[in-house]
Amino acid sequence: MLEAEPAGERMILNMGPQHPSTHGVLRLVLELDGEEITECRPEIGYLHRGDEKIAENLTWTQFIPYTDRLDYLAPLANNVAYAYAVEKLCGIEVPPRCQAIRVIASELARISSHLLGIGTFGMDMGAMTVFLYTFEAREKIYDLCECLSGARFTTSYTRIGGLAHDMPPEFLPMLRKFLKEVPATIDEVDRLLSRNKIFLERTRDIGVLSRADAVDLGITGPCLRASGVEWDIRKAHPYSGYENYQFDVPVGTVGDCYDRYLVRMEEMRQSVRILQQAANQMPDGPCNAPEAKIVLPEKKAVLTKMEELIHHFLLVTQGINAPPGEIYFSAENPKGELGFFLISKGGGTPHRLKIRAPSFVNLQAVPLLAKGHMISDLVAILASLDFVMGECDR
Amino acid sequence: MTPQQLVEQLRARFNGAIHNVTEFRGQTGVTVARERLVEICRFLKAECGFDMLSDLAGVDNYGQYPRFEVDYTLYSFTHRFWFRLKIKVPEDDMTVDSVTGIWRTANWHEREAFDMFGLRFRGHPNLRRILMWDGYPYHPLRKDFPLAGMEAELPDPEAGAGRAEPAPMLGGPFVAGSGARPSSQREPRQYDTLAEREEKQKLHGDTA
Repeated sequence: MLEAEPAGERMILNMGPQHPSTHGVLRLVLELDGEEITECRPEIGYLHRGDEKIAENLTWTQFIPYTDRLDYLAPLANNVAYAYAVEKLCGIEVPPRCQAIRVIASELARISSHLLGIGTFGMDMGAMTVFLYTFEAREKIYDLCECLSGARFTTSYTRIGGLAHDMPPEFLPMLRKFLKEVPATIDEVDRLLSRNKIFLERTRDIGVLSRADAVDLGITGPCLRASGVEWDIRKAHPYSGYENYQFDVPVGTVGDCYDRYLVRMEEMRQSVRILQQAANQMPDGPCNAPEAKIVLPEKKAVLTKMEELIHHFLLVTQGINAPPGEIYFSAENPKGELGFFLISKGGGTPHRLKIRAPSFVNLQAVPLLAKGHMISDLVAILASLDFVMGECDR
Repeated sequence: MTPQQLVEQLRARFNGAIHNVTEFRGQTGVTVARERLVEICRFLKAECGFDMLSDLAGVDNYGQYPRFEVDYTLYSFTHRFWFRLKIKVPEDDMTVDSVTGIWRTANWHEREAFDMFGLRFRGHPNLRRILMWDGYPYHPLRKDFPLAGMEAELPDPEAGAGRAEPAPMLGGPFVAGSGARPSSQREPRQYDTLAEREEKQKLHGDTA
């Protein structure tokens, strides 16, 4: 960056909350000197719905649909993270089949989220075509979500101690077909963007986030790894049986917008790898944990058996009687570390449910990254951070 | 290092400031004295390698004394475990020392805890509401705040409510407001010479 004499034309510009490149309702107050950003103040909260307050008045199971609406580009991954958090609180473990299906759900969500992130990144940089290719592939993921959970968008697929239902028999063939097709889309995007001169010039050495700054600001997910920190919760603290899958964690060297793009591209390829392994070694057996006082019984049994009917009645009317205690569980979501800090005082509802949203924390880097850049670079920086306001504002 | 060893280390170093240690499902939480929080956090970061603050959460234990607590979830990339610090905050003195000087990520987390619970973080560089609008009178995550909400005046942009400061550069060449001159008249570059500009402005009765 050239140190220019300030021209004395200080200007304050309001960007957002209705601005296409803020990817939602993010508002930025920019202080400009000419076109150079001297200060950037993000204003958030336009999508605040009070999820944490609502949670304190719902049973543990009733909160699952709200997790769909956190990172609404990867609802399956949120469902999975929340279910594991409550299961950890209750001290139960789900059977291998459930773990494998949850891995599939999380990785599909990751590919879907990264495809959108990269598609809009390209579009913000003026490459409209990429967006069309990635959305075609995302459409197929939505079909898979529909097959798996019955809903395309708000999946609510997990339950505490298991899943809403086992995956249907036609799901695995559909997934295999998708896994054959999606690498071609990723390669296509790669060919369109990775060596595209315009894209390179707009993203390279723009918004460089150093390793120390990234850790200090609590950045997680692809943005942290692009800055050179090899930390992926799936590897560092495996959950859902991730230790049984072989995959690599891509790490960047520079920490600029281009590195963040490259890390996401490679993560999609690794997700395809994980999905292939999960599809090939899908274990048989039940998909719900056996704890009858925590896990909702099968509907057929509720209608025919006395004991199941009682359990179902108690679980639905009073909620899961989670033991008193507090738990912090975090999962590697597409956007970063999605953590749930749960405090239970017994009874059917949470005493406190804090959501550690990766988008909320990652957005704190914007003032640091934007300083000294042009407004058009800010668009690249925002797109490369890949945040979702639904999760940020909760 | 294990969480247990860390607790021992903290006990040896800050004897008397470590009040209560809880273990639940393999996770350790330590309640520490509120006055020595920053000191302990600095020690944890500098000498124990807890370089990341994962999460900061306010909690309202309505009906208990002290009523509020703040939970700090720390992570160490060297030792690879999460560790929780807790402090208790009474309702009559809701000040907590800010840890933004230790982990910059605490900035927004502390603003959120201030917004939702009314906890005041001493030494915070910019303690403003973050999710609710400036001027909102309540702290919604407190237990005595009803789920249905409470009536509050909506931010009125006309009256300037909902913003902490007047619009920057009000009346300048880039700001339009109702009743102001149209932009074509405010545009300084529409005149060829300075003399022409002054003449035209006089014509419009404009002294700006």
